[in-house]
Amino acid sequence: MLMQVFHTSSPEDTMELGRKIGEGLKAGDVVALAGELGAGKTLFTQGLVKGLDVKGYVKSPSFTIVNKYEGRLAVYHLDLYRLGGVNEIYELGIEEYLYGGGVVIIEWAEKAYALLPSVYLLIKFFYTGENTRKIEIRRIGRHGSKTHP
Amino acid sequence: MLILGIESSCDDMAAAVVKDGRYILSNVVSSQDEIHKKYGGIVPELASRRHLETVIPVVEEALNQAKVTLDDIDAIGVTQGPGLVGSILVGLSFAKAICYVKDMSFVGVNHITAHPMAVFLEAGSREQGTGNGNDNIRPPIPDPQYPIFPFIALVVSGGHTTLFKFKDFDNYEILGQTRDDAAGEAFDKVAKLLGLGYPGGAVIDRLAKSGNVSAIEFTRPYISKDTLDFSFSGIKTAVLNYLKETESHGSGVSGQGSGFKSKIENRKSKININDLAASFQEAIVDVLTDKAVSACKANNIDSLVVSGGVACNSRLREKMRIKSKDNSIKIFIPEPGLCSDNGAMIAAAAYHFLKNGIRGGLDMNAIPNME
Repeated sequence: MLMQVFHTSSPEDTMELGRKIGEGLKAGDVVALAGELGAGKTLFTQGLVKGLDVKGYVKSPSFTIVNKYEGRLAVYHLDLYRLGGVNEIYELGIEEYLYGGGVVIIEWAEKAYALLPSVYLLIKFFYTGENTRKIEIRRIGRHGSKTHP
Repeated sequence: MLILGIESSCDDMAAAVVKDGRYILSNVVSSQDEIHKKYGGIVPELASRRHLETVIPVVEEALNQAKVTLDDIDAIGVTQGPGLVGSILVGLSFAKAICYVKDMSFVGVNHITAHPMAVFLEAGSREQGTGNGNDNIRPPIPDPQYPIFPFIALVVSGGHTTLFKFKDFDNYEILGQTRDDAAGEAFDKVAKLLGLGYPGGAVIDRLAKSGNVSAIEFTRPYISKDTLDFSFSGIKTAVLNYLKETESHGSGVSGQGSGFKSKIENRKSKININDLAASFQEAIVDVLTDKAVSACKANNIDSLVVSGGVACNSRLREKMRIKSKDNSIKIFIPEPGLCSDNGAMIAAAAYHFLKNGIRGGLDMNAIPNME
């Protein structure tokens, strides 16, 4: 399991890192985002989606749970914040999105590790100061590690 | 015309019977006690499964309270979107099934644009109006009780923050909306940061009443003067920064009913949760109020409707009234029970769609991301 660690020094920096990662995403990729409220998930996602050539704004899917965007690939943006246990998430049918051939971005992924596919990108966000964040990026599953974090 | 309105887009199942788009004969929401008793008070975890259990008791209760049966109902209005797809489908499928069996008309309603229609509702009885279904609820002479088209509407809730220009019941344009989090979501998430529980809006409203609105200076997220769009994601981070900054200087959190465990360091606390709640709430309220007034001015319209769950917030209601008065704008805010999700607003919107000849087909599907 390879891990890269980034330190961003502004909200714009966090968004730009997201954009760079977004540019490299391929069909079928799953990006799991984990971290506390205010840690930078929304900004990073705005960057990711920009990197996938989606026009317009990325509204929080907390209410509808899933937003779909059209960029160079179909993008499914999930937010599990309001959901309870794994059963509730499973009943939503998130597998349809996970194996649907688009790019899937999951905020509050820590609520659903057990439901994620065997290979995915895990990105963890840590608050380090008013404008600074530590962002850890791991590829889960590809380098022999089958264990979820 | 008697319309049964059914709403199931989010956490609550709701049903109402409304006469002629105005008079509420009943308005029932699943979180109410009498409904809990009817299905044994067991609340399944999943909203859509919960709705399956509550849809029949809620609709029956709405019919009973209105003292009518399904045979008296002329048509059904039902939420088609936006919301959780599984939840919407419960109400929509139920409505379609009844309409198929009873050979009744139904119409799909956009939940967000139905919110402002609550302003046309009032408590009523079946005997009111002419009873021939031809009442036009727009009064022949300007009635200070109701807005006249065109009006500006701000719908503000846990899922939405949108400014509309309504030219008629079924003719509107979006002037601005949130680019990230809804205002109600900011309330919920800040409440969570403060350890106050869910739903956060009511708790923050209560704590703010004994707080100082200018104790902490939170930057108002206006984006720019040229747009009527909103952005509320950053203010949550501003609250987080304030908490981390203050806590790192060796203090705790105090205030009335803060929900924080009393610790010794609270004595030397720097954070007053009532002040924090009041300052945060004021920042949100200022932006909502200013943008709503700007929308009226930019469109040369002097009627403003504010609805949606966050319109229950007492400070927002107060400040909307003050700012509207200052700017010679007539303000219309439904009573709190009609601001939060309900079936009566769906029935009110449906009445006008049906009068304009709009009907739903049995192949209608839910639209979770309906604009």
